Amino acid sequence: MSGEIADPRHEDRSGGKGDPPGHGEGGPAPKQVTVAFGFWIFLLSDIIMFSGLFASYAVLAPNTAGGPAGSELFELRLVFVETLCLLFSSFTCGVMSIMAVKQRAGATYLWAGLTALLGLSFLAIELYELTHLVLEGAGPTRSAFLSALFTLVGAHGLHVAAGLAWLTVMMGQVATLGFTDAVQRRLLCFGLYWHALDIIWVALFTVVYLYGVMG
Amino acid sequence: MSEQKGDRHLDHAPGGHKEGAARFSTYAAGLGLALLLTVASFALVGSGAVWAPAIPILLAVLAVAQMGVHLVFFLHITSGPENTNNTLALAFGVMIVVLTVGGTLWIMAHLDHNMMPMAAMAKP
Amino acid sequence: MTLLGRLSWDAIPLHEPIVMVTAGVLFVVLLGTGATVLLKGWLPYLWREWITSVDHKRIGVMYCLLALVMLIRGFADALMMRSHQAMAVGAGKGFLPPDHYDQIFSAHGTIMIFFVAMPFMIGLMNFAVPLQLGVRDVAFPTLNSVSFWLTATGVLLINTSLVVGEFARTGWLVYPPLSERAFSPGVGVDYYLWALQISGAGTLLGGINLVTTILKMRAPGMRYTRMPIFCWTALASNLLIVAAFPILTATLAMLTLDRYLGFHFFTNEAGGNQMLFVNLIWAWGHPEVYILVLPAFGVFSEVIATFSGKPLFGYRSMVLATLAICILSFMVWLHHFFTMGAGADVNGVFGVMTMIIAVPTGVKVFNWLFTMYGGRLRFEVPMLWAVAFIPTFVVGGMTGVLLAVPPADFVLHNSVFLVAHFHNVIIGGVLFAAFAGYTYWFPKAFGFRLHDGWGRAAVVLWVSGFYLAFMPLYALGLMGMTRRLQHYDNPAWQPWLIAAWLGALLILGGIASLAMQLYVSVRERRSLADESGDPWDGRTLEWATRSPPPPWNFARLPQVEGRDALALMKRGEAEATPDPLEPIEMPRNSAYGFVGAFFTYITGFALVWQIWWLVVLGLLAGFATTLWIAWYQPGEREIGVEELRALEPAA
Repeated sequence: MSGEIADPRHEDRSGGKGDPPGHGEGGPAPKQVTVAFGFWIFLLSDIIMFSGLFASYAVLAPNTAGGPAGSELFELRLVFVETLCLLFSSFTCGVMSIMAVKQRAGATYLWAGLTALLGLSFLAIELYELTHLVLEGAGPTRSAFLSALFTLVGAHGLHVAAGLAWLTVMMGQVATLGFTDAVQRRLLCFGLYWHALDIIWVALFTVVYLYGVMG
Repeated sequence: MSEQKGDRHLDHAPGGHKEGAARFSTYAAGLGLALLLTVASFALVGSGAVWAPAIPILLAVLAVAQMGVHLVFFLHITSGPENTNNTLALAFGVMIVVLTVGGTLWIMAHLDHNMMPMAAMAKP
Repeated sequence: MTLLGRLSWDAIPLHEPIVMVTAGVLFVVLLGTGATVLLKGWLPYLWREWITSVDHKRIGVMYCLLALVMLIRGFADALMMRSHQAMAVGAGKGFLPPDHYDQIFSAHGTIMIFFVAMPFMIGLMNFAVPLQLGVRDVAFPTLNSVSFWLTATGVLLINTSLVVGEFARTGWLVYPPLSERAFSPGVGVDYYLWALQISGAGTLLGGINLVTTILKMRAPGMRYTRMPIFCWTALASNLLIVAAFPILTATLAMLTLDRYLGFHFFTNEAGGNQMLFVNLIWAWGHPEVYILVLPAFGVFSEVIATFSGKPLFGYRSMVLATLAICILSFMVWLHHFFTMGAGADVNGVFGVMTMIIAVPTGVKVFNWLFTMYGGRLRFEVPMLWAVAFIPTFVVGGMTGVLLAVPPADFVLHNSVFLVAHFHNVIIGGVLFAAFAGYTYWFPKAFGFRLHDGWGRAAVVLWVSGFYLAFMPLYALGLMGMTRRLQHYDNPAWQPWLIAAWLGALLILGGIASLAMQLYVSVRERRSLADESGDPWDGRTLEWATRSPPPPWNFARLPQVEGRDALALMKRGEAEATPDPLEPIEMPRNSAYGFVGAFFTYITGFALVWQIWWLVVLGLLAGFATTLWIAWYQPGEREIGVEELRALEPAA
């Protein structure tokens, strides 16, 4: 017997019964839907992971152990610029996915490049801010508050960095493989990922920075 | 999506575009709204125009609104039947987040309240 | 020795005879197995049919095999603890030094939960759910292989700790500040952290896979209200995996940062808060209990319905109870630390929520009883496990409700009463279900039944051994004995502990019976063969295909007309599928899971010993493997109608 197995995802036996695939009568859903839905579940789990970090931050934020508090450290103007970078990158990422659906490679590269540029600017500002804190003696080992801050902001930053690596790989795939079904699915998932990061950032700038400067 | 037949709605992939629905204008509208909400949040903290105790609540409202804008305009999550599974999954996720964060804050605040503060213990 | 980080020859515990003998035996067994595989030329077969297989049935079987092997390891730890405690009274010192004893109880808990109960349940779900849904595989077959191999990596890493270095001495949930670098400077906790992070990632991916499968991939006509109850419990369980494991990831990551980079999440100084760790780990830990027990309920529901020869009583109430438990399980985690100092209102709310969970669970118990009532009962081995389960689980559940009363918990917290309670539900619930499911689905997986006599012996020995081993612990708990004691001075406890030790010996007999059963069954596979594909007169779709099923499970996807789809077909109430055969597309084998896990293991080992260049190398290699698969993933292979007709003469 061969060790390989059937792929159920290309079944289209929806004829006759009224319900579309995935809902019951129609049989298994098409691959694009299962992949995106699976990734959607993954994103939800990622958001739950962040909720653990957020909860820890909220609990530990008052524990400054004699060190600096958020209101003494945060530079709202920088955070505002970071927020704008990420927000505009969400927009450019959306336009990129439109171009990808239309299979216009040149335009896809252009908007992906803009997305990457905005993401890089975000990361650069974040890195500047965090190194600045460390140099001021407010590194993550100073107090529980700073540990939680660096972890939460750093986890988000790592996600952005991973997203940039992913975007680069995807552009390589578009260049070498073209807009195949698989590449299209991966681009769709990348879009979901990037938009989800922006949603997490909304929670982050509100909870950490805006609440933080109010003391 | 090419399998779509007749007027029956297929399950919608989260973030996927329905045929012809992938519009520049959707993203532009989302960007505009999100910008508005972001600026409002940051302005609220800086200005002092609002009664101070109300600010945290207003900020939370603005943040939730902005997440909603992102979900609808960028991730295309709607209440339509083709989106039922996506929305239900999201609702489940939100419930877990609320339970985890809310429960943790409640429990930890309680423990703090009942324990001698760390600072007091540290004093000789 | 900076090139090897903290690793040196001192890491091999040459001074501990028990460890070295175990390690020696392990090496001989591994070498023997490896040599046999090589000499008999089985390696290409293993590589092609198992290691690189992305077939959900093969992966499910491998999960269960992994769990059975680790059950022996975990039980060896248990037997050592029971023997030691039977002796270590007064002047008696027992045979385990405290340092070793602490590692043993930590390893026992960690292994039994993460590497026995979890893989067993995941294996059964992986095997049975796609078959029951009437589809050809899970939603993401290659990802499924990745999940399995990541779990196996965690297993390998935790077993490495036996020989190279040490394991945690902190208990199975590594509470800080004991688990912080200041108080646990060795690599034990690091082994724990990385093994759990790696296998946890695998579990999470597997959970995503099964949720997607159940929600998006069902045979035509398989509405939610027609899904077998095991699929429902699998859905609830995997939703809990997706929701709870990220919390574990975050919590362990914070402890890792504390240990590796000197952060202050849970330390004593600089504002750290140990109670936050306890809170977060149980926010994962309590749902984890239900991740294990919900599929167990599913197995029993299938087994009891099949061997009672009638549909499950109260299908809808069963589904509702499952979903209620799924949600309620996220609202009770504080009952694991009532004594930590929260006030009466917090303790009260969580105590009441805990008691409320008993209601849907009680609904389930009554549903099983009423399913049996008036049924045509056949006491085959799976049914015997189910019958043993019901009273055992009720006792375990009732002691749980007792512990849910905060004032009672203040007395019983961390006593062996608690130990008796959770063994009561996990052995009586999860493990019995694992054995029931193993016996029930074995003929489907391999085409022959397991030997009946040895199966019955296993039931008798396990059940009597369980009661003899754990009922004394309830008494001891009430007498004031706390858990994890390496030595005690109260001679009145010793008779009870000797009884418990005898119980553990009976369980040893039960495990030996299971091993004999497998050996005898394989030897007598011709006489135990099942040609029908439906040895138990089953009711659900997994019995509608032959045994073992073809890689594509069903030549045509079945058309589902109602609940208990196969039972309807047998009664002729559902038409046989008349559609013509269609070509099937099947994914090809993939070495990605195995190769990726290999690099993950190297990375994990290097992280434990802080060999940083190797960490970088392992990560780069893993990334390169991922890139390689992203470009060169082999596409699907189509099986044409002609080929299919040749392979499936019956279709």
